[in-house]
Amino acid sequence: MAKVAVKKKAAEPKARKKQTKGMIVLTVIFSVVSVFYVMPVFVVFMNSFKTNSGIARNLYAFPNEETFNKLANYIKGMTFANYPFYKAAFWSLFITVGGVVLILFCTSMCAWYLQRSNTIICKIIYILCIFSMVVPFQMVMYPLSKTADTLHLDTPWGILVMYLGFGAGLAVFMFSGFVKSIPLEIEEAADVDGAGPLRTYFQVVLPIMKPTLISVAILETMWIWNDYLLPYLVLKKGVYRTIPIHMQYLNGSYGQSDNGAIMALVVLSILPIVVFYFACQKYIIEGVVSGAVKG
Amino acid sequence: MFKKANRKLYALIFVLPTFAAFIIGFIYPFAKGIQLSFFKFRRLNKLTFVGLDNYKEAFQDKSFLASFWFTLMFVVVSVILINLIAFFVAYGLTIGIRGSNIFRTVFFMPNLVGGIILGYIWHQIFDAILRNFDKPSLVTNTSMGFWGLIILMCWQQAGYMMIIYIAGFQSVPGDLYEAAKIDGANRRQLLTNVTLPMMMPSITICTFLTLTNSFKLFDQNLALTAGAPYNVDKGLWTTRMMALNIYEVFYGEGSNAKGVGQAEGVIFFLIVVAISLVQLFLTRRKEVQA
Repeated sequence: MAKVAVKKKAAEPKARKKQTKGMIVLTVIFSVVSVFYVMPVFVVFMNSFKTNSGIARNLYAFPNEETFNKLANYIKGMTFANYPFYKAAFWSLFITVGGVVLILFCTSMCAWYLQRSNTIICKIIYILCIFSMVVPFQMVMYPLSKTADTLHLDTPWGILVMYLGFGAGLAVFMFSGFVKSIPLEIEEAADVDGAGPLRTYFQVVLPIMKPTLISVAILETMWIWNDYLLPYLVLKKGVYRTIPIHMQYLNGSYGQSDNGAIMALVVLSILPIVVFYFACQKYIIEGVVSGAVKG
Repeated sequence: MFKKANRKLYALIFVLPTFAAFIIGFIYPFAKGIQLSFFKFRRLNKLTFVGLDNYKEAFQDKSFLASFWFTLMFVVVSVILINLIAFFVAYGLTIGIRGSNIFRTVFFMPNLVGGIILGYIWHQIFDAILRNFDKPSLVTNTSMGFWGLIILMCWQQAGYMMIIYIAGFQSVPGDLYEAAKIDGANRRQLLTNVTLPMMMPSITICTFLTLTNSFKLFDQNLALTAGAPYNVDKGLWTTRMMALNIYEVFYGEGSNAKGVGQAEGVIFFLIVVAISLVQLFLTRRKEVQA
């Protein structure tokens, strides 16, 4: 794949560059576009405090005395529609954290062994991993959900195996790319000092891989947290739900149509992501770039 | 590192967990999927071999063909729009205007939210606007559904591609511009002869990503229109994309043609692979080395 050098400080304007007329116009245009960009999310936020009749009358009106619903939508949303929201949020968090940790741990070890051992079998596994990234989920979804049923992987614990298997492609690929750039001498030195492969891996290789670990963690987090179809097909219906499954249930025809409560839940689902984004924006953007460059 | 004697032992420790999960989560379902596409079945315990019949049926299935054309149209429009927008926004954000970082933060944000939630949000937004103008709602009008989906995808994906283009712009060495300026190049020549060739790797990546993302789109399609409206005359859901259509063949009401669904899945897979390969080959030829 082609190489794009990634600079550490992305898009940092060179210390107070003189603003020409064209640049000022551009700033104004971007500002207007930015307002439109956050508008949909803001509208939902605003409406999450309105009564249903207020929402139906005018989506774009600010809440007034008559339509202001205080936190009623949030309170209702918590236990709304025969599945409490906090349970869905908990399972989402559990599956995301568990899946990402499992993927990081297992695939980084796997990628290192594949690269360093480099037998024919290793090469075949590596190529299969790359191949798996192209395959659309709909091609494997039916046999995959049946396999999960047969092996009783229809729980939030079992689904972690599915995520490890289906997410392995990208992770192994990214880790392999990085392992190739680690000079062999470092590991040979550890070997001479008498460290076995396990010790070499955990004390020498793993710390060096930190930037890639973060990138892979970000990409896999964004994928698993927002994933809908895989958990929907695999998890036991009605017993376990993640946030996307719950939202689609409410949105679909079978859910009770209570827009106020749904919007309150939308706000609650977006909030942790926004906090996460502001906390590690730098890593997210680096992760996206390095994932794309290698993908 | 790995000596012959203990190679197998360490393979067990290092590779086996991932490889076992990879077999369960990918290799076995993939192989089974190809096998099932040659069988007729409702449940896995009763398979009847039918050869290529499922494929023949898939190509005669008008909802499959309609979803193919709808997807193709969507892919063409969205790939062009997303890349154009992302490219120029990235250009604007790398010439050093005030607030570049804030704009970048804002434009990327929609990518963190899942497709299901985005679909719901935009459904509400569009319907409220359309109601204001006394226009038909999103789910009763095919072209509204199409453009709604395009707007949603541009809004979401442009920020992602912008990040990659920004990295591309920043990797163009400044001395190339200076050398070109000394040779008397004007602004347009700078763009076409320096920037564009140097940006080809980024353009390849972004086209590749938008192409496959748009082709495989499922969540947003499901949450925004779910395929509605239904055209009674043709007997078709008019805004169903391929992924959603395959899903409906498998799990929709009264579905009993699971073999056909699997065959459509295999065709879908082959199309995605073919397009990716062709596109990669075409744009790669234009890349240059700095």
